[in-house]
Amino acid sequence: MKKLLTNKIFKNNLITYGIVIIAFVVISIIKGTGNLSSLFTGLLVPLCAYIILAVSLNLVVGISGELSLGHAGFMCVGAFSSALFSKCVVGTMPDGLRFLLALIIGSVLAGIIGVLIGIPVLRLKGDYLAIVTLAFGEIIKNIINVIYIGRDSKGFHFSMTSEMDLNLEAGGETLINGAQGITGTPKDSSFLIGFILVMITLFIVLNLINSRDGRAIMAIRDNRIAAESIGINITKYKLLAFTVSSVLAGAAGVLYSHNLNNLQATSKNFGYNMSIMFLVFVVLGGIGNIRGSIIAAVLLTLLPELLRGLNAYRMLIYAIVLIAIMLFNWAPGALAFREKYSIKNWLSKKTGKEEM
Amino acid sequence: MSFLSYLIKGISLGSVYAIIALGYTMVYGIAKMLNFAHGDVIMVGAYSVFIMSTSLGLSPIFGVLTSIVVCTALGLTIERVAYKPLRGAASPLAVLITAIGVSYLLQNIALLVFGANTISFTSVINISPITFGSNGELTISGETIVTIIAGIIVMVGLTLFVNKTKMGHAMRAVSEDKGAASLMGINVNATIALTFAIGSALAAIAGVLLCSAYPTLNPYTGAMPGIKAFVAAVFGGIGSIPGAMIGGVLLGIIEVFGKAYISSQMADAIVFAVLIIVLLVKPTGILGKNIQEKV
Amino acid sequence: MKKLVSLLMALTMVAVMVAGCGSSAGTASGEATYKIGATGPISGDAALYGIAVKNGMEIAINEINEAGGVNGAKFELNFQDDECDAEKAVNGYNTLKDWGMQVFIGTVTSGACIAVAANTYEDNMFQITPSGSDPKCIENPNAFQVCFADPSQGKKSAEYIGNKDLAKKVAVIYDSSSSYSSGIYASFAAEAANQGFDIVAAEAFTSDSKSDFSVQLQKASDEGAELVFLPIYYSEASLILTQANQMGYDPIFFGVDGMDGILGVTNFDTSLAEDVMLLTPFAADSTDEATVHFVNAYKEKYGEVPMQFAADGYDAVYAVKEALEKGGCEPTMSASELCDKLVAAITQVKITGVTGELSWDASGESNRDPKAVIIKNGAYVLFE
Repeated sequence: MKKLLTNKIFKNNLITYGIVIIAFVVISIIKGTGNLSSLFTGLLVPLCAYIILAVSLNLVVGISGELSLGHAGFMCVGAFSSALFSKCVVGTMPDGLRFLLALIIGSVLAGIIGVLIGIPVLRLKGDYLAIVTLAFGEIIKNIINVIYIGRDSKGFHFSMTSEMDLNLEAGGETLINGAQGITGTPKDSSFLIGFILVMITLFIVLNLINSRDGRAIMAIRDNRIAAESIGINITKYKLLAFTVSSVLAGAAGVLYSHNLNNLQATSKNFGYNMSIMFLVFVVLGGIGNIRGSIIAAVLLTLLPELLRGLNAYRMLIYAIVLIAIMLFNWAPGALAFREKYSIKNWLSKKTGKEEM
Repeated sequence: MSFLSYLIKGISLGSVYAIIALGYTMVYGIAKMLNFAHGDVIMVGAYSVFIMSTSLGLSPIFGVLTSIVVCTALGLTIERVAYKPLRGAASPLAVLITAIGVSYLLQNIALLVFGANTISFTSVINISPITFGSNGELTISGETIVTIIAGIIVMVGLTLFVNKTKMGHAMRAVSEDKGAASLMGINVNATIALTFAIGSALAAIAGVLLCSAYPTLNPYTGAMPGIKAFVAAVFGGIGSIPGAMIGGVLLGIIEVFGKAYISSQMADAIVFAVLIIVLLVKPTGILGKNIQEKV
Repeated sequence: MKKLVSLLMALTMVAVMVAGCGSSAGTASGEATYKIGATGPISGDAALYGIAVKNGMEIAINEINEAGGVNGAKFELNFQDDECDAEKAVNGYNTLKDWGMQVFIGTVTSGACIAVAANTYEDNMFQITPSGSDPKCIENPNAFQVCFADPSQGKKSAEYIGNKDLAKKVAVIYDSSSSYSSGIYASFAAEAANQGFDIVAAEAFTSDSKSDFSVQLQKASDEGAELVFLPIYYSEASLILTQANQMGYDPIFFGVDGMDGILGVTNFDTSLAEDVMLLTPFAADSTDEATVHFVNAYKEKYGEVPMQFAADGYDAVYAVKEALEKGGCEPTMSASELCDKLVAAITQVKITGVTGELSWDASGESNRDPKAVIIKNGAYVLFE
C-alpha cells in the first residue's frame, strides 16, 4: 500500500478521482440546501456528458495520437438509439432498468459503429483521418435526419423518405420523425447518474492508459515504426482506443438524450461543430491530460452561460476568450513569459526553496 | 439531355468549390495548418464587394480590388495575431483550435456589423450565358464561365509562381523543412505571411465568385462552402494545387448527381461517402504525394 | 503551472460573471413589474428569426410601458440567446428562472420550444410561443401558440391549391433538416391526395447544402410541375426565385408564412417575386391601422421592414397583456399563480393583432384564417 501511494501515477489518478468526488459532494450539498441556481442545476447533466465526451476523445487524440473530428457522431448514435428504445418501452418496465438497458444499447451500438468505422479508417493518418472521421460524423447526422420509424398494432414501420410512407394505421405512433427527431424521451438522467458515469469513464480510461495495452497504444503514438518492429499489433491497439472512446461517447449520448424532452440531429448539437467543440476541450485542457479535459469541458461549457449578461456580444467575447486562452496556454512566447514571471518561481525564490 | 444539364450544374458548383479549395490548399501546403477561418474570410470578401459596388455604387472591378485588399489585410492580421505566436507550439492542434476561434470571431463580428438578415447579392459578372439546344435546355451561365476561367488562371498562376519564382522556391523550401529553409537564409516568417496574403486574396476572389454564382449573403455564407472546399482539397490531395481544382470540380459533380439521381435528402451523405471511398483506396487523395516513411 | 492556468481562467470567469450581473441589474427598478422572459436564437445562423422576435417584443413592451402598463405595473423583458439549440434553450430558460421570470414568451424555434415545454410544464410556468409552429410545442395545457401550427399550414395550403384549381402537377422543395419545413411538407403531402393534384417532385435540401437549388428546380421543371410549393423561409426562397429565373423556369411559386419577408431582402430584385402566392397571417404592407402603426414603429427603431417573426413577437406580448388584465393578475404573484390565472384567462382573450384576429382555445392553438396574398408590383395584394 505504501508503495502504491508513492507511485506517482497512482497519486495523480487519485487526485483526479478526488477532484471529481469533491466537486460532486460540494455541488450536491449546495443543491440539497436549495442554494444552487436553476441554471446550474440544469447544466449538471450536460456537464457530465461533456466531461465524458472530452475524456473519451482525449483517449483518441491524446493517448492514441489520432485526430478525430467525428466524435459527435458516436454521441448521436448513442443518443438516438437509446432514446428510441426508452420511448418504445416506456411504461413496460421500471425506470431504473429501462435506463440501464438504454445505456447498454446506446453504448454498445456506438461501439459497434466505432469498430465498423475504425477498421477501414484507422489506416489513414493525420489530417486525412480527421477529414474521414468528420465525414462519418456528417453521414450519421444526415442519415438520422431522414429516418422515420413508427409503430402501430402491426408492429414497427420504417421509412427513409417521409412520415406518410410509414403507412401507420390510425392510432399509430411515430417514434422518430425525420428532422423533427424524437420527442418525449423520458427524463431519466440525473446528476447522480452523470456522476457515476463520469467515474466509470475515468476508471476505464485511466486504467487503460496505465495498463500494458495503454503503453502499447502510446508507443504506437510516439513511434509507429519502432512499435511495429517490436511486435505490437498496430491495428488492434488503435482500434481498441477508438472503440473504447466510441462506447464512452455513446454513453454520454444516452445521458444527453435522456435529459432533453426533444432530440433533433442539427448541425449545432451533433454536427462537426460539436465534434470540434470536444476537440477544443481536449486541446485546451492539454492533449493527453485527462484532468485537464475535465476542467476545460466544465469551464468552456460554463463560459457562454456566464457571459449571458453581455447579450449580443456574448459569442463575440467567447471567441476572443477562446483565442486568448489558446495563445496563453500554447504559444511558445507566452510559455516563456510565464516561466519567467510565474508565481511559483517567485515564491520559491523568496523562500529560497528549490522546486522539484 | 438532362444528364448533360446536371453535369453543367455540377461543374458550376464544383468550380466554386475549386476556387475556395485553391486558397485552402495553398495555406495548408506551406504552413501545414488547416485554416478553418478561410470560409469566413470569403464571407468578409463578399461583404466588401457588396458594400463597394452595390451600396456605394462604385464599379464592380473597384469593388473586387477593394475586397482583395481588405481580405489580404485581414489574412495578414489574423496570421500575425492568432497564428504566428503559435508557431513552434508543442502540438499542431493548437493552431487548429485558434483558427476555429478566429472563425467564430469573424462570424460574430459580421453578425453585429451587417446584421443577421440575408442579402441578395448582385452578380458582378456581366457576361451573357452560352446556350445550346433549341429551347435552351443546356445553359452555361456567365458566372460559371468566369469561375472556371478564373480557377484555371489561378491554378496555372499559382503553379508557375510556386515553381518558377524565387519566392515560390522559398515557399516550397519552407513547406519541406522550416529549419533547413531558415539556414539557407530564407525568412520563414515572411514567407508564411506571404502565403497567407496570397491565400486571403484568393479568398476574396472566391467570395465574389461564390456570391455571384449563388447570390445570397449572410454572416454564415462562408462556413459551409468553406468546409466543403476543405473536403474538396483533401479529395484532390491536400497541398496539391491541381488536386484542389480537380477535387473541387469532382465534388460539385458528385453532389449534383447525388441530388439528381439518388436522393436529394441524402446528398451530403453521398458526397461524404464518396470521399471516404476515395481516401480508402488512395489514402492521400487523387493527386496527393505518397510519402514513404523512413525509419 | 497547470494550476496557475486554471486559477487564471477561473478568475476571468468570475470577472465576467460580475460584469454580467452588472449589466442585468441595471434594468431592475423599485416598483413592482411583470418580469417577462423569452429565449430565441440571436447568434448562429437562425439569428435573424430570434432577433426579429426580440425586436417585435421590445416595441410592444415599450408601447405598453409608455401607456402605463397593466394596471400600472410595467413590463420588464429579458431575452436570452438559445442558438436554436434545445440544450441551450433549457439553459436560457433556467437563467430566466434565476432572474425571477413570471411569464415566458418563447421559444422562437420549434425544436428548442418542445424541449423547453417540458420544463415550463414541470414548473407550471405560463408559456406562449410566438413562432414555434410544431404542434408538439403546445401539447401541455400551459402552452399556447401565436403562429399557425405546421399541419394546419400544410393542409390549408393544399386545400387552397385544390379549391382554386391552381395546378395539377405540383413540386415541393423543402428543407429536410428543419422540423418546420418537413412538418409542413408532411401535412401538405397528406392533404394533396384529397385535393386532386399530384406531387410530381418532392425535393429536399439540408442546412448544409442550401447554396444551390438548381438541381431541385431542374427536376421540378423536368417533371412539368406548374406550381412549386415552398414550405421554407424567405432567405432560401429568394435564392430559389433567382435561380429559377436564371434557368428560365416560371411556374407559380406558392409559399407559407416563412416566405413573408422576401420583399424585404436587401437588394433582392422584387420583380422576381412577381405573382408569388403565400398564405400568411401578416403582411407588412397591409393598410389596417395596427399593421401600419407597428411597421412604422419598427422601421423607426430598427431601420428595416419587420417580418412575420417580429409580428408574432409583438402579438405575443399583447396577448399576455390582455390575459393579465382579464385574469386580474398582480405583479407580485408567483409564476405558478400567474400561470393558473393566465391559462384560464387567455381563452377569453380576443385581440386584433398585426397577425390578424387572435383568440385561443384550451388546445393552445390560435384560431384564425390565413390570408392568401399574391405579390403584385413588389407589394402584397390580398388574393381572393
